[in-house]
Amino acid sequence: MSGTNRTNRTSRRRLTPATATALALVTLSACGTSSDAADPESGGKVRLDVNGQPPKTQAFERKLFDKHVKQFEKAHPDIDIVPHEGFMDPKTFNAKLAGGKLEDVFYVYFTDTRSLIEKQQAADITDAVNDLPRLGDIQDPLMKIFQDEQGRQYGLPTSNYSMGLLYNRALFKKAGLDPDRPPKTWADVRKAAKKIAGLGDNTVGYADFSKNNQGGWHFTAELYSRGGRVAEERDGQWRAAFNTPEGKSTLQDLHDMRWKDNSMGSKQLLQVEDVQRMMGSGKLGMYVAAADNITVVAKQFGGNYADYALAPVPDAKATLLGGEGYMFNPKASPEKIKAGVEWIQWRYQNPDLIEKNVADYAEAKLPVGIPMPTVPDIFKGEVRERIEKVKRDNANMPVANYQAFMDSAPNVPGVIEPPKAQQVYAVLDSVMQAVLTKENADIDALLADAEKKVDAIYDAA
Amino acid sequence: MAMTGIKTPPRHAAAPPKARTPRPRTTTRRRRNLREHLTAYGFLCAALVVFALFSWWPIVRNTLLGFQQVNFATGSTWVGLANFQKLLDDPLFLTAWKNTGLFTLYALVLGFAVPFLTAVLLNEFRHARAYFRILVYLPVMLPPVVVALMWKWFYDPGPGLFNEILRGLGLPTSNWLDSSATSLISLVIVSTWANMGTTTLIYLAALQTIPGELYEAAELDGAGLWQRLRHVTVPQTRFVLLVLLLLQIVATMQVFTEPYVMTGGGPEDSTVTVMFLVYRYAFVYNDFGTASALSLLLLLVLGVFSALYLRVTRAGKE
Repeated sequence: MSGTNRTNRTSRRRLTPATATALALVTLSACGTSSDAADPESGGKVRLDVNGQPPKTQAFERKLFDKHVKQFEKAHPDIDIVPHEGFMDPKTFNAKLAGGKLEDVFYVYFTDTRSLIEKQQAADITDAVNDLPRLGDIQDPLMKIFQDEQGRQYGLPTSNYSMGLLYNRALFKKAGLDPDRPPKTWADVRKAAKKIAGLGDNTVGYADFSKNNQGGWHFTAELYSRGGRVAEERDGQWRAAFNTPEGKSTLQDLHDMRWKDNSMGSKQLLQVEDVQRMMGSGKLGMYVAAADNITVVAKQFGGNYADYALAPVPDAKATLLGGEGYMFNPKASPEKIKAGVEWIQWRYQNPDLIEKNVADYAEAKLPVGIPMPTVPDIFKGEVRERIEKVKRDNANMPVANYQAFMDSAPNVPGVIEPPKAQQVYAVLDSVMQAVLTKENADIDALLADAEKKVDAIYDAA
Repeated sequence: MAMTGIKTPPRHAAAPPKARTPRPRTTTRRRRNLREHLTAYGFLCAALVVFALFSWWPIVRNTLLGFQQVNFATGSTWVGLANFQKLLDDPLFLTAWKNTGLFTLYALVLGFAVPFLTAVLLNEFRHARAYFRILVYLPVMLPPVVVALMWKWFYDPGPGLFNEILRGLGLPTSNWLDSSATSLISLVIVSTWANMGTTTLIYLAALQTIPGELYEAAELDGAGLWQRLRHVTVPQTRFVLLVLLLLQIVATMQVFTEPYVMTGGGPEDSTVTVMFLVYRYAFVYNDFGTASALSLLLLLVLGVFSALYLRVTRAGKE
């Protein structure tokens, strides 16, 4: 027995260091770069890693995406598309770029394009897009979002939105308001909000964001709607431009709705999901939003499509433009960039494919008719007319609910976000928070202080 | 004669000359030692690799990034102290340090005293002690984000739990997270509630090592509860109290989850902490150089407390 024990002990002693060393080696190898990190062109095919593939939970959208990949590869036998789930995640973007794992073609929001261009984190694709056949059909301001000051192109827009006033028709009726005559001015919004909040049972008339930079973003949208601007370029230098009567009235109205009318509810520091949840549960009358919110409120937060309508943004002197597109890995080869541009144009800027998509969506009984993707509004001229007609013909949503918004769209100028948007929004977030959480907030002082901070941001840039 | 004077002579002194340095035996011992040490070195090697990859290299890399402008695509540029200068120009820099300092202070007042007093109470219980121990420890088992979201509902100024209770009692309500005057302390309460289970159990373990005779002697001398606490409990647990105090400072200065999930740094930047600002620079402003510079400053401050902790624990061992 003892002899056996000794043998076991000895073998254990011999094995243990080996096991520990093996563990160390496995750990090392696990942390190394995987061999497929940068699989270059092989077998005469250009391998193109792209993101934007819908998750498996969105079965129809994913099936459609994968079908498009196959169709594209069939039409382009020299390109091998490797799709990846997900969109832009700022938390992993830099790690993926540093580790060689960033897709060759990656999704971006309009908010991020300037920062990525300034930091040289996107490839210059000017030479690859010059000869694109449909370049002339895309709205010029949207193309400019992906350009530097010299006009060089770093990406392509695939979809855009503009802000409007999303409201709950059922609550309007309940509060004695006419749902077919939504508020046209901010004064109308204030009156309607007061009536809706008067329904009681924690019903909120109008809600606004004030957290995680979304407050600054919404302040911008509301300021634009009154004809104001967040920043202006003066003698080649960007300066804060919101300390104006328009800026003051934006904040004053919010303050009065919150504290005098008590129509904004007591809970503040809200962000988009909080407000969408309130809207979905039928406890909110109105908020400023883009059309894509209708689907989220209905699908994720239990709302009913028929209850929601989109009106032009109040006062409608201008509206904030936003949207999405694709940029290219700064390390991508010219062949990959060329293939990527081909993919973007074929998949996202292709009126023929969009027409088919609309038919597929209608057949699958998915929403068609809401002014949002899959029918992007990036085109101009004849192409835009053609797509709008297709959308109207296949609509299965209550399009009358969005007609006022659609009718006003050509007449309300779209304005893009200010430079250094995230830093500016962080400053304005704090202003929104002060107005919505402090009854004795000094709006003049808040605007003056924020102006100094934003000027400092532009000076440092 | 000299040998007889030695009560415990060295073993080799009595050994015959040939046996004093038995080469084969030393070699065997060395081999055995080596084999035994090899095991230790093997384990050490694995630990070293893990620490090097996941702790030390990131610290070195972070230090380098603090002096660079990086985009992770086209190489880095050395910028000297420019990132630190940028921090000094940011009005939120001082705000973040002030908030972090206040959070740490409040967390020590609440998070240090409450678990200690809870442990003292638990130690006094004669019945159902295990049951109460589980009750106190339960919040530790909840994921931090779940805790933050749950408390966000408790703090709702409208139909939130706390204001409902206050209304029910006819007391004035509070805006909790929605007021810059109460937001930070509201976060401290959440943090204390979520983390006090572990510290309470450590205090409880320390309390149970105090010999019962000391309390009996104190009682015989007529000491009341407060006097027993002051003259027996605190001196007997001084070492544990000091160690946990330092650990708590190091942990609370890195507060991030609560402001990130519950307030987003607001209202009016009243809950922007140093770690929250680091996050904002890195992942919102896409400025890793400045984020690293700020992390480096925090590392230096925490390094002072960590050095104190090491000194205290070494002194405790001696």
